[in-house]
Amino acid sequence: MVPLNWYLMLSAVVFMIGVFGFLTRKNIIIMFMSVELMLNGVNISLIAFSHYLQDMRGQILVFFIITVAAAEAAIGLAIIIALFRNKSTAHVDEMNEMKG
Amino acid sequence: MLPKLFFGYYAAVIVILSLLVVTRKNPVRSVMWMLLLFFHIASLYLFLNAEFIAAIQVIVYAGAILVLFLFVVLLLNLREELKVKRFIGSWPAGLFVSAAILAIVINVIRSFVLAAPPGKYSIEYIKEATHTKALGTILYTEYLFPFEIASLVLLIAIIGAIVLAKRKTRS
Repeated sequence: MVPLNWYLMLSAVVFMIGVFGFLTRKNIIIMFMSVELMLNGVNISLIAFSHYLQDMRGQILVFFIITVAAAEAAIGLAIIIALFRNKSTAHVDEMNEMKG
Repeated sequence: MLPKLFFGYYAAVIVILSLLVVTRKNPVRSVMWMLLLFFHIASLYLFLNAEFIAAIQVIVYAGAILVLFLFVVLLLNLREELKVKRFIGSWPAGLFVSAAILAIVINVIRSFVLAAPPGKYSIEYIKEATHTKALGTILYTEYLFPFEIASLVLLIAIIGAIVLAKRKTRS
């Protein structure tokens, strides 16, 4: 039997790789994919808890997270298209019009 | 021994693929690595007896979200993206922050012991009731209201995506 801690460590590693990508990449699409990576890291730990606690609620939560991730991807990619239409770049460095 | 070997394979591949996703220069390659990553995560869910969630992972994440990503990557002309640097100038700061938080979290997890009593959804119970039926029973009784809210979220996402991506026409 694989210990629960291993799953939690894997989930933490995936989440932190997502954080690293979100903080350091220039391309807004890759930043967005890093957010999806973070959501997947959380999902792994929720499913592992659900299995080890013998409780279905973790899987319900994953179900809702996947729903919200789908909605977020649709809205976020629409925003990226609108941004690209205005600035014709996908680099976050060059989007500084709201800087005070 | 065999479950640990299985887990080791999946953990190693998932970590390597996530690193590839965040470090590749070409976004198309990132999307492709992410496709493989999602399939591996779905296999990990199967390994944890969550077959419905594994199917959802493949259908929704790999089938819908990643295709959307691929469409957007191919829609935007990223020819000149490939010539500039992929990371921001202060990327060591980001690496430091994420590595520090990872070290803290791993240290916490190492001493974590599951102390709660197990619930009623044991493997025998799920085997008798089938997984999808057990999940659906909870979803449509205990979590009916969040389920309705989820449908509202999806509706708003549809409308929002159309409104945001629509080309403004000036008359």
